[in-house]
Amino acid sequence: MADPSTMVRLSTETSDQEGDPRSGPISMRFEDVSVTFNGRTAIRDVHFEVPRNKVTSLIGPSGSGKTTLLRAINRMHDLTKGAVVNGSIRLGETDIYKGGIPATLLRTRVGMVFQRPNPFPTMSIYDNVVSGLRFNGIHKKSVLEEAAESALIGAALWDSVSNRLKAHASTLSGGEQQRLCIARALAVEPEVLLMDEPTSSLDPISMRLIEELVSELKSRVTIVIVTHNMQQAARVSDLCAFFLMGNDRAGEQIEVAATKKLFSEPDDPRTLDYIQGRFG
Amino acid sequence: MTTGVVEGIPPDPILERREMVQRVARKTLDRRIVVSGAMIGLCGVALVLAVIPLFAILYSLVQKGIHWWSIDFFTKVPQFPSLIDPNDVGGISNAIVGSLVIDGIAALFAIPIGIVAGLFLAESESKLAGLLRTTAEIMTGLPSILLGIFAYQMIVIGFDQWGIKLPGIGFSGIAGSFAIGVLMIPVIMKASETALRGVPSTIREAGLALGARRGVVARKVVIPTALPGLITAVLLALSRAVGETAPILWVIGASTMVELNPKKEMASMPLQIFQSATSPYVALREEAWGIALFLVFVVLVINLGSRLFAAWLQRERR
Repeated sequence: MADPSTMVRLSTETSDQEGDPRSGPISMRFEDVSVTFNGRTAIRDVHFEVPRNKVTSLIGPSGSGKTTLLRAINRMHDLTKGAVVNGSIRLGETDIYKGGIPATLLRTRVGMVFQRPNPFPTMSIYDNVVSGLRFNGIHKKSVLEEAAESALIGAALWDSVSNRLKAHASTLSGGEQQRLCIARALAVEPEVLLMDEPTSSLDPISMRLIEELVSELKSRVTIVIVTHNMQQAARVSDLCAFFLMGNDRAGEQIEVAATKKLFSEPDDPRTLDYIQGRFG
Repeated sequence: MTTGVVEGIPPDPILERREMVQRVARKTLDRRIVVSGAMIGLCGVALVLAVIPLFAILYSLVQKGIHWWSIDFFTKVPQFPSLIDPNDVGGISNAIVGSLVIDGIAALFAIPIGIVAGLFLAESESKLAGLLRTTAEIMTGLPSILLGIFAYQMIVIGFDQWGIKLPGIGFSGIAGSFAIGVLMIPVIMKASETALRGVPSTIREAGLALGARRGVVARKVVIPTALPGLITAVLLALSRAVGETAPILWVIGASTMVELNPKKEMASMPLQIFQSATSPYVALREEAWGIALFLVFVVLVINLGSRLFAAWLQRERR
């Protein structure tokens, strides 16, 4: 039973940044979400909607809980002892914590790219890309090859690696490795792709390449990206969520708005202070 | 943005694949849960098999040994049972003191040598370091009785027979310390190398980048950072040494008195077990269980203590 939302044909044109990106269909909905570690709140009061096939950026200073929120979306906190996620995060109609969906299945629908490129060191480029499919029980060669090509094309890596798919992933440069990780995440065709500061360990050219990639990929997958780089958020995202650390050192949602609006005329004075570099 | 299923357009391969991946992932999930459960079960079985000997040993030691523990057991010296009281075998105070002195002296020279050599292994990329590492590895694999022979030649009988003016000092505690210490050095070396290598190179580089010399970085940054690991390394080597019997078997003699002078013949706990267990008296043979239990108790205390201390140190640092 396919989620009805996946039956929607994907738009191939890039969405315009004019107007509110939230006017279209919704991919995810946060309702009063908070995350605590051993009783200490890391982030709270998160309530907004992630538009489908758009890029949503999470920005804010260190300690404002952006990454914590991101990792709540594919239940990476399940692996952390003492971590509790409250409130509801809905993917389509499914409550990802209370809807009875196993974490492994959720993670095929919500992919993730990490801060540092983390290709599997013992696997070839090809094996890395198809690893997610294999983990989920798909072993048919033709399917794997087709998916690998599609994912590598999607990650703008096909042209440079198509003739050395059996080479080790470690032979790639840092930027290429990160795009390999994006291809690996794409190969299972997730509905949502989470990116945790994906360019923070890369050089400016690799960073640019990945930013362009993000803008292209949103026709294929809904993207949520954490970034410390406000220019990056302004360049790649349609919707922007701003977080700050409260007095009790817990992160909280301050403002969510179309990226253009948030960077030009934010409603909250604290947002203005942050984007103008007065703190953080 | 187009929404809804659009008629007349060929199916989107990406959507098809997404649907297929989720369908297969769902379909295979039960099987994957069963397989992963079975694997975890296997791990559990292996774990149980691995610890059965430990608990079996502990059980029989406690069962047969605990009733020997008494004030006399810890304070008196051994004696042969008399006809009047065939169960009066004295105590093992001589062995406890002997073990303390022998292992204490061994630790005194083995710990600094082992840690400094370990530091060299961790910090140096030279051929000499490689050679030293291989040597240490071979030494940890040596049958420990060879160290007893070595100590016997070096300390007990000396080199007079070859015309070299290096007389031995005879059966003595110091000969046992020598054998035990030589046994400990490579163990401490390897374990401290591992602990010191665990210090992230970024921290080392931070020190070097401030203009500190490598020795200073090692002393002020690397060793303090690795301290919990070093302490564990030392204590684990020590707990192994406490139970070693073969190296001291024929080098410390066998004193039945409480002896504090390491140049004289001494007793030690593992040797006492050996002697009691092979004696012709039933009571002495039974008493060996009590000594063995005490030895295991000491080893456990050192092991657990080192772990707790390292964990405490780690917590203090945060």
